[in-house]
Amino acid sequence: METAVKKDAELEEKLQKVDEMLEKYKGQKGALLQALQEAQGIVGYLPLEVQKKVAAALNITLSEVYSTITFYSFFNLKPRGKYQIRVCLGTACYVRGANKVLDRLEKELGVKVGDTTDDAKFSLDACRCVGACGLAPTIIINDEVYGRLTPDKVPEILKKYE
Amino acid sequence: MEMVTLTIDGQKVEVPKDSTVLEAAHKANIRIPTLCFLKGINEIGACRMCVVEVKGGKALQAACVLPVSEGMEVITNSPAVRESRKVTLELLLSDHNLECPTCVRNLNCELQKLSEELGIKSIRYPGEKHAPRYDDFSPSIVRDASKCILCRRCVSACHKVQGVGVISPNHRGFNTVIAPVFDLSLAEVACVNCGQCIMACPVGALKEKDDTDRVWQALADPEKHVIVQTAPAIRVSLGEEFGEGMGAIVTKKLPAALRRLGFDKVFDTDFSADLTIMEEGSEFLERLQHGGKLPLITSCSPGWIKFCEHYYPELLDNLSTCKSPQQMFGAVAKTYYAEKMGIDPSKIFVVSIMPCTAKKFEAQRPEMNSSGYQDVDVALTTRELSRMLKEAGIDLSKLPDEEFDDPLGISTGAAAIFGATGGVMEAALRTVYEVVTGKELQNIDFTEVRGVEGIKEATIDIDGTKVNVAVAHGLANARKVLDRVKNGEANYHFIEIMCCPGGCVGGGGQPILNAEERWAKDYREVRGNAIYEVDRSMKLRKSHENPAVQTLYKEFLGKPLSEKSHHLLHTHYTKRPLYPEV
Ligand code: SF4
Ligand code: SF4
Ligand code: SF4
Ligand code: FES
Ligand code: FES
Repeated sequence: METAVKKDAELEEKLQKVDEMLEKYKGQKGALLQALQEAQGIVGYLPLEVQKKVAAALNITLSEVYSTITFYSFFNLKPRGKYQIRVCLGTACYVRGANKVLDRLEKELGVKVGDTTDDAKFSLDACRCVGACGLAPTIIINDEVYGRLTPDKVPEILKKYE
Repeated sequence: MEMVTLTIDGQKVEVPKDSTVLEAAHKANIRIPTLCFLKGINEIGACRMCVVEVKGGKALQAACVLPVSEGMEVITNSPAVRESRKVTLELLLSDHNLECPTCVRNLNCELQKLSEELGIKSIRYPGEKHAPRYDDFSPSIVRDASKCILCRRCVSACHKVQGVGVISPNHRGFNTVIAPVFDLSLAEVACVNCGQCIMACPVGALKEKDDTDRVWQALADPEKHVIVQTAPAIRVSLGEEFGEGMGAIVTKKLPAALRRLGFDKVFDTDFSADLTIMEEGSEFLERLQHGGKLPLITSCSPGWIKFCEHYYPELLDNLSTCKSPQQMFGAVAKTYYAEKMGIDPSKIFVVSIMPCTAKKFEAQRPEMNSSGYQDVDVALTTRELSRMLKEAGIDLSKLPDEEFDDPLGISTGAAAIFGATGGVMEAALRTVYEVVTGKELQNIDFTEVRGVEGIKEATIDIDGTKVNVAVAHGLANARKVLDRVKNGEANYHFIEIMCCPGGCVGGGGQPILNAEERWAKDYREVRGNAIYEVDRSMKLRKSHENPAVQTLYKEFLGKPLSEKSHHLLHTHYTKRPLYPEV
């Protein structure tokens, strides 16, 4: 309960900052990407609340805002997890079964690629070659690289982040 | 205008400098196939169906976005061009839910037509298919993404023509889907149900909610007294579905067709349009003479009403409290008519034939039950009626002329023009003028409010009082007028707003014209002119002269704005959210 209240207060504060940030973009339809980037910088992700503010400030539709956010992979609709797992789907990793590793991660975490677990601990993404093809297939958790993976190694690795 | 000359397939063409190659070809009667292109609305070069070869250029270019230049040589029909178009089309078809015989757009589909024209015999690219997404929560509009070719014509119609903008391409690449935010249903966002996206769609990815089954059921039920009303705009559009020309007038075929479908009585929304003028004209005078809220804004168009509720709630008090003619009809049918005929109103089933998808939403609004029952049971679009007639083997063009039934089938020319932009204003002015002055109008044609100009303004002198009126159609135009009112920049007394371009003749439930037909002729103008021809052919042309309406007041309602009128014929509005809550 207490943490929830604290979280709300924190978000409120961030939303306040978003409002201030948006002042300079009032009515500027062309500033959408910058505005979204700055908003994500403040809040960490782009929930509906933030999207509404951006739409209203720039005087564009919410639909345009959402369309743009979902077009660019660097915008997040949900808060990112504490640990960000990126699964390399580059050619070398792919041919060595990266998709099986990904399937297993999805199963273990109970989320689809692009999503974050409900406890906000892990987010799961796919990415292109990370330059460690010799270790294929690879995943990266925050800055740690794990190589020569098989699906069965997944639970063990996740355990480290309990 | 500076002109340039280019050659297309060896033929010299002279066109204005800012034309595209597609426009130049159109002028020279050289046909280039298109798919995403919708003249004036969607000119974004997305599908590459219209590619051509330009001498000296390397890659093929999309003609719909390619500017002309002096001396340019274009070839529209080379092996490379034909092959490229075929590949494009086959790729589209490879990810398409091909089920033509059961598709709502079968035989009226631009994708199907192109496949036939380009001679597609097989699809060489068996590819991954999208997971089906089907959204039928809205009472008006159904989206079927499995048939969407991502041309974005609907997106442009919704954003640019309607100024609504609740659908966009979301996500990217293979995952792109045209949908509302967070992939919500259209029922959960500020969609106004206008159906202009359906009119723009080349394929069966957008369609009206089909309610024909409920009507067949009612017609087959011996317990039910099933009556039907037809909106003004149907009489100049239904013929198109039966091979008659654009704007063909079928007023007298309508009752014949509907009787043959089995309706117990065939009535006319034109009757209640006249009734609307009596109420709305009186409301206007009341507000004008007693310092009421002005400008008064018309309320016949349910797409416009929902738009106002979402986007301009601060102007809700300016809306006329009059229900639309569809709803007035329902309320009168299940009270006055029921009483007069001695029929239990619970047994009366009211069907309306509307040019409009938003009427479906309107009919099911919870407050539309002042008769004690749902006033209108089912609202069908022009297209649904045409499907029912075809299913029953009724060919409209082969039917004899017949008349609408008494008493709710009697109407005037003033009611007929409700179907075109400016018509409600003109009908109101005809009546208001004569009521106020007690004199007969010398010239009843208020031509300054007619036509397809987006916004029309006029000042009418009514016995020394100058009345400023404005007329807007298409919600993007409405926005301009409303912003002027909001910012105190305009001094209007009376405004007519119609949701759809051209008014009801261009409604989202009307026969669908493909991109080429829309480019060849302005359907708003052609159907609109037909509406005014209907008006000219009527014996009575002013609503207050409608004898059946006069009798209704005498026998039942008393007078306009009476307590009974207020109860049955007037309504209230609800502020709705601009953004969804998720
Ligand atoms: S949209 Fe056209 S091509 Fe697709 S199933 Fe329907 S009729 Fe056939
Ligand atoms: S019905 Fe009208 S408002 Fe709704 S999505 Fe279609 S065009 Fe937009
Ligand atoms: S729904 Fe229709 S109009 Fe909209 S993008 Fe898809 S095919 Fe085009
Ligand atoms: S392909 Fe995965 S690291 Fe290079
Ligand atoms: S790109 Fe020209 S019609 Fe689509």
